[in-house]
Amino acid sequence: MTDDTGMKKAPYVVPIGPVHPALKEPVQFLFEMEGEVVKKADFAPGQTHRGIEWMGMRRNPVQIVHLTDRICGICGVTHSLSFARAVEQIVDIEVPARADYIRVIIAEFERIQSHLLWAGVAAHELGFDTLFYLAWRVREESLDVIEHITGNRINYGLVQIGGVRRDITPEQHPTIHACLDNYRGLLGKMLRLFLHDTTISIRCKETGILSFEEALHLCTVGPTARASGVVKDVRVDYPYSAYGDLEISPILPSAYGGEINGDVYDRIVVRLLEIEQSIGIIETCLKEMPAGEILWEKKLPKLLSACKKAHGEAVGRHEAPRGECLHYVAMDGHEAPAMWKIKASSYSNLHSWIPILEGEQLADIPVVVASIDPCLSCTDRVAVIRGDTRSLMTKEDLHRLSVEKTRRIQGC
Amino acid sequence: MLTPENMVLTVGAAFVLSVIGILIGLLLLGIDRRISARMQARIGPPLLQPVIDLRKLLSKENIVPENAIPGIFNAAPIVALASSLVILLYLPIGSMVPILGGYGDLILVMYLLAVPALAMVAGGFASGSPYATVGAQREMVSMIAYELPLASAVIAIAWLLYSKGIANPFSLAVIAENPVWTLVGPLGMLGLLLLLLTLAWVTPAELSKIPFDSPEAETELAGGLLVEYSGKNLGLFTVAQGVKTLVMGGLAIAIFFPWNISPVLGLTSYAAFTADFIFFFLKVIVLMILSVTIIRTGIARFRINHVVTLFWVYLGLIGLAGLSLIILDSVFAGWF
Repeated sequence: MTDDTGMKKAPYVVPIGPVHPALKEPVQFLFEMEGEVVKKADFAPGQTHRGIEWMGMRRNPVQIVHLTDRICGICGVTHSLSFARAVEQIVDIEVPARADYIRVIIAEFERIQSHLLWAGVAAHELGFDTLFYLAWRVREESLDVIEHITGNRINYGLVQIGGVRRDITPEQHPTIHACLDNYRGLLGKMLRLFLHDTTISIRCKETGILSFEEALHLCTVGPTARASGVVKDVRVDYPYSAYGDLEISPILPSAYGGEINGDVYDRIVVRLLEIEQSIGIIETCLKEMPAGEILWEKKLPKLLSACKKAHGEAVGRHEAPRGECLHYVAMDGHEAPAMWKIKASSYSNLHSWIPILEGEQLADIPVVVASIDPCLSCTDRVAVIRGDTRSLMTKEDLHRLSVEKTRRIQGC
Repeated sequence: MLTPENMVLTVGAAFVLSVIGILIGLLLLGIDRRISARMQARIGPPLLQPVIDLRKLLSKENIVPENAIPGIFNAAPIVALASSLVILLYLPIGSMVPILGGYGDLILVMYLLAVPALAMVAGGFASGSPYATVGAQREMVSMIAYELPLASAVIAIAWLLYSKGIANPFSLAVIAENPVWTLVGPLGMLGLLLLLLTLAWVTPAELSKIPFDSPEAETELAGGLLVEYSGKNLGLFTVAQGVKTLVMGGLAIAIFFPWNISPVLGLTSYAAFTADFIFFFLKVIVLMILSVTIIRTGIARFRINHVVTLFWVYLGLIGLAGLSLIILDSVFAGWF
């Protein structure tokens, strides 16, 4: 490689991770740099293995629901909701309408707190700590309300197969409304701070661009896809719980005026506007929530025996704050599921790192990496290590393993 | 002129001032952190936290990375601290005459200002870490960037004094004795304001604070230049940073706000000396809060190319505009 002066420029490798101050969770990046510009980017997730799926395959579905709460520290309801919906489809459980509304309310609160958390992290990566403190202080309020409703701030333990475990009583309404009204006011401030600040604009506009074609090609989900103009939202495309009764449309950056660039700035716009949307959804749900039961079957032994009798497979989907989260469950008449497979939303988005990082400046790596809101604790559940050497699997290897496993399960 | 008694006195005074400078520098860092925390609705660390940190760092061992060049790696913090302390000895503090005032002038101070940064660059390259290498590259780039506005400000002030027929215009003591604001008309006043603005933006860059902290950028380079430094070496860099904060504040005070409080209060002798000393540090604290703390709390970190554009294009032009206005002012002096 030579430049105009004929001098040789040797690319050098900057390793980032698995432990690095910009990364809140373990993932390893290898950047081939030329000066300050990233020429080639690669990443290796799978630095942690917690064996959650393995644990789940030895438990009954009611126990697994609480295990799913612990997959991620931020998506408290995402995984339990997806799993419960998968089991409900297999066992053929009709969830009471009131429980559906409560599920939606808590899922939307989760979206609010997750997006605020992300906003803080993004500000921190930009070196704007004041905004980081502000966003996280604002986030506390939604955590308080979640605690008010579910009794927990992080692992809510709210979802149960066939409904929810706690009702939202009329006495709780004023607290929730007070929080939402407060957020309405604060949101204007946040939008102004994030979107009208010159330093944020010059750092985020035209940075980390993911084109519409690439977003579609890489099957990105959630706000990452929507910021690139891909109209994709499980809540709208495949309505579940009470989402079918609500009028929601996926939010694109064009909602804030201007065109869709698919850059970091657009991802900020989409997430901030989604907070506003969620506030509206919660208010509608509180107003339209029907009275009635919140559980399909209160007695656990009855619920368990119904699960035990069930045969079949199903996929539970949920539009998590980061995008589509998918749980595949197969049951074959035993207490434990025959198969349980999780595809977290971040898994679909991680691959978009490579096109959006290449050609970027070193200084923008943290914010570009953070812009897809990666949640590696959702994604990293398995690492393959054989002997001393770590083997990286190719597509062929994975396909072979998949075929072998299917044969083993089917016993042929 | 260097009699033995004189020499002993100079060395003694330099030593005392260095110790005081280090303590006040650390206190300045504490005040900066505390006020920034309050602006972010946090409580913040105790005012003496940098001193506590330093005590801890000095009690720890130095770790020299395997592929570092130990000589340069270990010398860098000492050079950085020493050069910052030497600048301190050139500053007129309160009504005190600069200890080394007779042996150099503003140009030397400008060169000395670059030395701590150069020491950090050398230490960064010598530490052999890719993060430190990138940090050192960025430090060099930003150093080149902010030298232009800084030089334009300094040259403008010296030219102003020279044009008014004041002897020895490059001496900081002389600049402090002749407050620049009294020497100019309305146009020059505007020019001086522009120069003050330039210096206010150069200060955080000189001190590697947000938005110009790209050489250290914690989230990108994990501390950049300082990533491999630990223990006593890191402690020395902390002290150097504190002294440099004091020096940058003191330089701006000496150029733009050299007034003392003792004539106002009617104090004489030692009382006047003490009052001026305290007043000087109060001025430094206020200036530092305005030009470092508020800016670093209020905006995001710039990319290195933004830093260069800002200093070379915008602040360079502002500095040159200030210089031109001051020249115009003296040309048109008789017209107003």
